[in-house]
Amino acid sequence: MTKLLVIAEHDGEVLNPSTARTLACARALEPEALDVAVFASEGEDIAAAAARLQGVSRVLLINHPANQHPLACVLAPQVVSLAAGYSHIFAPGTTFGRDFLPRVAALLGVPQITDIMTVRDPFTFDRPIYAGNAVTTVKAPEGKVVATVRPASFKPVEEMPQAAPVEAMHLDVQIPEHTRFEKLHSEKGDRPDLQSARIVVSGGRGVGGKEDFERIFRLADRLGAAVGASRAAVDAGVVPNELQVGQTGKIIAPEVYIAFGISGAIQHLAGIKDAGTIVAVNTDPDAPIFEVADLGLVADWKEVVEAMEKAVDEA
Amino acid sequence: MKILVAIKRVVDYNVRIQIKPDGSGVMLEGVKMSINPFDEIALEEAIRLKEKGLAESITVVTVAGKQAEEQLRQALAMGADHALRVDTDQDLQPINIARVLEAIVKREAPDLILMGKQAIDDDCSQTPQMLAGLLDWPQATFVSKLELADGWVRVSREVDAGLEELSVRLPAIISADLRLNEPRYVKLPDIMKARRKPIDILTLDDLSVAMAPQLEIVKTEPPPPRKPGRKLASIEELITELKQMGVLS
Ligand SMILES: Cc1cc2nc3c(=O)[nH]c(=O)nc-3n(C[C@H](O)[C@H](O)[C@H](O)COP(=O)(O)OP(=O)(O)OC[C@H]3O[C@@H](n4cnc5c(N)ncnc54)[C@H](O)[C@@H]3O)c2cc1C
Repeated sequence: MTKLLVIAEHDGEVLNPSTARTLACARALEPEALDVAVFASEGEDIAAAAARLQGVSRVLLINHPANQHPLACVLAPQVVSLAAGYSHIFAPGTTFGRDFLPRVAALLGVPQITDIMTVRDPFTFDRPIYAGNAVTTVKAPEGKVVATVRPASFKPVEEMPQAAPVEAMHLDVQIPEHTRFEKLHSEKGDRPDLQSARIVVSGGRGVGGKEDFERIFRLADRLGAAVGASRAAVDAGVVPNELQVGQTGKIIAPEVYIAFGISGAIQHLAGIKDAGTIVAVNTDPDAPIFEVADLGLVADWKEVVEAMEKAVDEA
Repeated sequence: MKILVAIKRVVDYNVRIQIKPDGSGVMLEGVKMSINPFDEIALEEAIRLKEKGLAESITVVTVAGKQAEEQLRQALAMGADHALRVDTDQDLQPINIARVLEAIVKREAPDLILMGKQAIDDDCSQTPQMLAGLLDWPQATFVSKLELADGWVRVSREVDAGLEELSVRLPAIISADLRLNEPRYVKLPDIMKARRKPIDILTLDDLSVAMAPQLEIVKTEPPPPRKPGRKLASIEELITELKQMGVLS
């Protein structure tokens, strides 16, 4: 019997789209039961949203003041206390899931699978290694399967008119006091989310400084696009870390990815392999990004941005 | 304060890996190997804490075969005080590496454990969190800044939403992200000196670790190829393409 528990990701107010993508992976196992656990301080709305996602059998809502912020050491013992009834426990392969789920696996004494990209059968999965330059097929041993799901590999499940039941639960676990949440700095304004945007405009070292990057932001706003960046741009302090795309940043799958002044290091490419169309603009005809770009143009990024803005104005 | 740093020998990040035609794995013969870059950052942070007078000693540990002594020597040359290798030729996965490290922690009693946030070969990003779970210690993953004060560590973590600040009480486990620091360049005399420093060797039997079942690696293949792309001749051509894709409307 495949009984699956997915741990929902949210920001205290809304469900993160990574949850619906994780559910899509979960559904590929054709489980007999597919439950979602929402750990929050006041998670009624989040639970209600999760209950409308396709394939969900039941939502478990665990409201507790300690669940206001997702702390691995607080979440892990709670997930473990729910684990008994499930054959599989999945979480999104975002910084949320990556943080707490290995801790769960260790407490359960099982290995964890990181970043499922394909389901072969309920115990066999494909996952990327070496920054996505190889794909390995792994088979879980007897026992519970604990895994994170690579969100970029799955299209989110749909919202249904009919909602699954929500059950409020109280878990009797000890909450550790050795970890305190202090605060979250987030520069996210009204721009679309990098991980779910249809179009991403991205800049690298070739774009230059903060002022130059403003033009990338301006273009993105006019296109309704999210903004991404290479590590070099983040390291230079030009843009905040949450914009980094790549092996150690975000793995994204927009329909269109437009890279300005990015050379195309393997660590960067790891983050965009699932993009529908990759457009690269670079002054160096030998830049490795052209090896993966669907549409490549050897040009100065500024001229291209100008021409794009003009075209939008005329549209 | 005693710091333990765990390191892994991996294919150098500049190497373009080759996959064995029989699907049994990635070619490692004759390939340049290095300390996993994130582990090197973790070690650098430990050395900086020691240089600031906040730590007395740094022990670096790896769970691997004899070749990994090359990376331990590199760590000693950077500034670690002691090196420890738990000898194994098995391909141990994070759950079992964490169990071995748990046994090491019981022997060494460190106050702080610094590790890389992920290994760039298997990209698992599991071992620090697993070790924290086994020890019931606090964890702070993906850390780009840390400060020690009164038995607590205040950290900034790189999370998808931005930067999260946490305080964790010692003893604690911290996993390093790229922007925590830039590791120092090791000088030749230090490399020479590190050659003479001893490396302690322990066996899995010495530690009597009960191993957990592992994932079976069925096969390793190249990723699905992307369809070949096109070079465009002019900005106008690109604008036309972008219009067709509905990007400029
Ligand atoms: C362990 C590890 C993990 C890493 N993880 C990541 C990651 O997650 N994401 C990431 O991005 N990187 C990552 N990196 C860094 C990566 O190796 C590269 O250093 C980085 O991606 C380079 O960024 P870049 O392309 O912006 O800069 P560069 O490589 O310097 O490229 C700049 C490009 O801009 C072009 N250019 C210059 N002027 C112009 C102009 N006027 N118009 C158009 N083009 C121009 C140049 O021709 C050049 O190709 C990682 C590295 C390591 C070691």
